[in-house]
Amino acid sequence: MKRIALLGMPNTGKSTLFNRLSGASARVGNWPGITVDLMSAKILLGGHIAELIDLPGLYDLHGFSDDEQVVRHFLSNHTVDLVMIVLNSSQIDRQLSLALQIKQLGLPTLLLLNMQDEAKRAGITIDTVTMAAQLGFPVQTISAKYGDGCPQALQAAALVLNTPVSTMPSPAHVAQLLEVDTQIEQTMHNIVKHAVQMPTQLNDETTDRIDRVLLHPWLGLPLFFLAMFLLFQFIFTAGKPLQDGMAWLLELFRTTALEPVFASLPAWLNGLLLDGIYNGIGTVAAFVPIIVLFFLVMSMVEDSGYLSRAAFLMDTLMAKMGLDGRGFVMVLMGFGCNVPALMGTRVMRSRPMRLLTMLVIPLSLCSARLQVFLFMIATLFAASQAAYIMFALYMVSFFTIFLTAILFKHQYKSTEPFILELPPYRFPTPRQIWLRGWQEVKHFLSRATKFIIIGVVLVWLLTHYPTNVAPASSATWAGQIGQLFAPVLNPIGIDTQLAIALIFGFVAKEIVVGSLAVIYGLQGDALSQQIAMNIDWVQGMSFMLFTLIYTPCLSTIATMKSESKSSGFMWLSIVWSLALAWLISFIFYQGARALGL
Amino acid sequence: MTVLSQLTPGQQGTIHAIHAEQALYQRLNALGFRIGKQIALIRRASFNGPLHVRIGATDIILRESEAQRIQLDLA
Repeated sequence: MKRIALLGMPNTGKSTLFNRLSGASARVGNWPGITVDLMSAKILLGGHIAELIDLPGLYDLHGFSDDEQVVRHFLSNHTVDLVMIVLNSSQIDRQLSLALQIKQLGLPTLLLLNMQDEAKRAGITIDTVTMAAQLGFPVQTISAKYGDGCPQALQAAALVLNTPVSTMPSPAHVAQLLEVDTQIEQTMHNIVKHAVQMPTQLNDETTDRIDRVLLHPWLGLPLFFLAMFLLFQFIFTAGKPLQDGMAWLLELFRTTALEPVFASLPAWLNGLLLDGIYNGIGTVAAFVPIIVLFFLVMSMVEDSGYLSRAAFLMDTLMAKMGLDGRGFVMVLMGFGCNVPALMGTRVMRSRPMRLLTMLVIPLSLCSARLQVFLFMIATLFAASQAAYIMFALYMVSFFTIFLTAILFKHQYKSTEPFILELPPYRFPTPRQIWLRGWQEVKHFLSRATKFIIIGVVLVWLLTHYPTNVAPASSATWAGQIGQLFAPVLNPIGIDTQLAIALIFGFVAKEIVVGSLAVIYGLQGDALSQQIAMNIDWVQGMSFMLFTLIYTPCLSTIATMKSESKSSGFMWLSIVWSLALAWLISFIFYQGARALGL
Repeated sequence: MTVLSQLTPGQQGTIHAIHAEQALYQRLNALGFRIGKQIALIRRASFNGPLHVRIGATDIILRESEAQRIQLDLA
């Protein structure tokens, strides 16, 4: 099988082209020694089945950024039959340097000048024949967004693939060449002079006008917060009925189809299948609508060019925390749901900064935790106090985010300079937006499903075994674990019942309130009264603080593992959040008791 | 000698020298920061935030600390 590497500078529409060529058939491939996800797809080209690989965007083949190292690693370890370089036509005068660097590797190459539509509007003309003659490989103008020139590009690619090569450079040889940096400035200047005509002034009037408002010294930040608020509201108001609908369908399927069919099975198997595995599937399915909506919105924010503007607006504050403005957007979205927010950190190309952002996101008070708090507050506090308690919990959430970022920012120090391009404002096409949402859901399902189902089954086992005791009672394994940890949990005011609820909480915070009903064997008002009798408000508050800070859910853990590609990092996040949860609950509980509350 | 971070919004100059270690130098170079190129400061973010500059057709944001390493000749 032939292998084609797609490579280009950031913001050149490289991934848009990849999506256009691959359709929905793309998948995330595993490449040894590479810590970022590389999308690949099989396409039919010139009578061959070729594997097309979307390499990360890079500025310089000899650069030091994480992505630049990934590309070098890839080219040094894999045979490549064709390199397709994607550059932005409007910026050809500086981006051509990358094509010249590739040329020196001696690999079969095709240069694609993308965003032909924008270049045309800006009055840029490129003589592809002259350019191809000087470069020594074919050049084709395209518009990946609208598809213009793409069939011709594929023909050109097939032609290069079918041209016999006398001596194909081996990966080892390429690796050697990658070590030497050579002077290409003069060559670039010459080619641009002969093949490109550019107007002296070419600024996008519309973009300038929008920037004057959106990046305004006083208006910029309020507008940014307003935009974030609206997007947040949209995702989670539209997501709620979809999630409820999904839950309703799953429940309907369970009661009408599964329960009658499984009724004859022995109780343990029935429980394992329905309460274990099927509930696990339900947990996974509940995230699908939110992930789709999140990435529909996020791809609009990203592809429109606004995300880089957010980085500009928020940089002062975020730099102190070792993060950047894009991280801020993701943390904010974490207040709705941690899972897509973690996936969204992929826009940050510096691995240390991405890991730091991923470490703080699970500390944001997500909507599932909110449900637990609303129940506990209604149970233990007067209505007039509710708003203050809720506010305090949000403040604690912000505080833990700041604290974690500041404590860990030296471990996860970004080595990349903060220099970002501000692309002109663009409208993504519906196709682009939809493909992104679909890809992300596929990614989540393929990476997280197994992990989540195993986790749900495990918690089901702990809370339902041994079989001769009441489920979720203190005689179950979960209850025994709760008692085992009593020396640690007593100092923070958490009794065995609450400890079992916390074990359930590992699966998802959505099931905590339901689990309390099972644990106490009571429903509704009776449950509230029983809890109010069993624990006082100080214990309740301590329980809420613990719930706020410790691991949000299995899906977050699974996403953490698949996105960081590191079990060590996943464990760090779990252990750190448990330690911090305990410490803050301890300080609160013992402090309150010392004050005689 | 003026450095980029000293410009006021709307002002422009020609890049005279870039004082940066290799990684930063390469990144700046790839984004179009080359000696002899015209560069204009468009705006600054509030609270001493990053600078928004323009070179040719490319708009770029960078922090004050990086902008101090770019020496300019004023027109």
